[in-house]
Amino acid sequence: MLRYIGKRALQSAIGLSVLIIAVFFLARLTGDPAKLLLPINADQALIDEFRAREGLDRPVIEQFGVYIWNVLHGDFGASLRRHRPALDMVLEAYPVTLQLAFTAMALVLVSASLVGSVAAYRPGSAVDRTVTVSSLISASVPDFWVAISAILLFAVTLQWLPTSGYGSDIRFWLLPLGVLVLRPFGMLVQVVRASMIATLSSAFVRTARIKGMSEGRIIYVHALRNALLPIITVAADQTVGMINGLVIIETIFGFPGIGKLMIDAVMARDFPVVQASILVTAIAIFTLFILVDLAYVALDPRIRHR
Amino acid sequence: MSHLIPVSDTAEVQPAETVAAAELQESVRVRRHLPWWRLLLRDKFAMASVIWFVILLAFVFLGPLFLSEKATAVNLAARNAPPGFSHGFLNILGADPLGRPLLPRLMVGARNTLAIAFSSVICALVLGSFLGMIAGYVGGIIGNLIMRLADVISSFPSLLLALIVLYILEPHVMNLVLVLAITRTSIYLRVTRAEVLEIRERAFVDASRALGGGAPHILRRHIAPLVAPTLGTIVTVDFAAVMLAESALSFLGIGIQPPEITWGLMVAQGRNYLTQAWWLAFVPGAAIMLTTLSANLISSWLRIINDPAQRWRLEISRKEAKP
Repeated sequence: MLRYIGKRALQSAIGLSVLIIAVFFLARLTGDPAKLLLPINADQALIDEFRAREGLDRPVIEQFGVYIWNVLHGDFGASLRRHRPALDMVLEAYPVTLQLAFTAMALVLVSASLVGSVAAYRPGSAVDRTVTVSSLISASVPDFWVAISAILLFAVTLQWLPTSGYGSDIRFWLLPLGVLVLRPFGMLVQVVRASMIATLSSAFVRTARIKGMSEGRIIYVHALRNALLPIITVAADQTVGMINGLVIIETIFGFPGIGKLMIDAVMARDFPVVQASILVTAIAIFTLFILVDLAYVALDPRIRHR
Repeated sequence: MSHLIPVSDTAEVQPAETVAAAELQESVRVRRHLPWWRLLLRDKFAMASVIWFVILLAFVFLGPLFLSEKATAVNLAARNAPPGFSHGFLNILGADPLGRPLLPRLMVGARNTLAIAFSSVICALVLGSFLGMIAGYVGGIIGNLIMRLADVISSFPSLLLALIVLYILEPHVMNLVLVLAITRTSIYLRVTRAEVLEIRERAFVDASRALGGGAPHILRRHIAPLVAPTLGTIVTVDFAAVMLAESALSFLGIGIQPPEITWGLMVAQGRNYLTQAWWLAFVPGAAIMLTTLSANLISSWLRIINDPAQRWRLEISRKEAKP
């Protein structure tokens, strides 16, 4: 087991290195990084000074060595806007994003399992068709549009909820969570439904029925556990996909998370922050994938990783 | 995978033993030969989706012909005009803060939005299926390298990837298409590779190889036609995903830049006038949703008619099913 985790960590490290190298060389191959890093209206004196200070006048290979050395020591450079270490800014923003993402994913997993199982119980019934079509709708909506429509309805017209902002008050969280949940929910309901239809027709379900077990217990205890593997796989993919949604939701609702930090950094051309947030996000994603693989083993003893 | 199973052949080869058997055979034959458009009529949602796409295509090809200057014509008298007939037919969906009518803007935006999504999907399809065929048929080190690359790309959120590339390169239409295509490539690559791995072991591929067929010939003539229907289903789902991605990027301000018009950009611009003129953001967003939903519905219909285990659901009409 430990060997397996080691192997996966190594694979992830290779992926990360490819990413770091690609970002570094793309930024240098496509033009003068001084132009990329400095504000557009910077004058020549500033550019020259910057190039000398950042070592951009030295050979590319040497620059790369210095860069890798710094990254390995957790030094991504200072934010060009705030003059603070980029990594600090990223690590400050992370808890907000994680809280949002995990709450949303927990909601999605529970609700999609319930709704998808109900639909799978009688395939082709009115309930099933309603669930199928509404999950398709939920998976097709543009989240940014739902977000601003919801602001218009609940915050501007009805004035039930704040338009945006961040705080411990639950009212700040309702709209962002509601919008964030939509697309993964729509996707996952379809997977749960398909997986449950297959499971409910298997022999052990029939045995459970013959034993006189209650239908609720059969569906939610016996069948759902066995239908869980494909659900977990898709849920992991959706969590990664949720980062797309997070960027948009955090921007619209003004949440001080990693998505907003990243967009602001891109807009302000704050390259060290962009780089640091990308790398930290990538590490989080690779960790998630390893955890999902371990969850497989916990759920299905037949799977053994070597 | 196979579209139509020619049941009628077996009926001719084996003479019918009893009248009943012949009738059964006959009824099966009749059902299996329903053309695709009749199966489309049976599925109301898919039918409505196709109609919406036909309307959109009319927008794309006819809209710019008559309306491109109307879409940018400033008319301060109709500033933020609400939907309705008060300012003439062109302003039926309202007008923006410069009095530019929303309907023609929507039509011109449809062309950009759909063209970007379409070309991205086609690029991803061509690139992905090509690499997937190499990875599946040739394999070896090259195949492994391709797969690892696909792993790296697909394990990273597409929006972030697009963000980096559009940050480093310029937010130009070509770059946008390129980025969207690259982020979607790995799906086609994986599916193609998996199918090729299975198909290349079949007898007819061996036969073709024994007859001296080279790899390009086998891939083109024997493997590609069998992979195509699966890829077709993915293309329609992907079309919706790419459209949403492009709209999100344009909405965030790193996709298409004004004065070009796309639906995502229209939502972004309308967002500033949310309280005064809600229709500016609502209408283009609704257009995006209808289009992605239609693509998803068509895809689920395609999946049903390509799946012999499910096709009957559409072939048997309600009346037949309940005698």
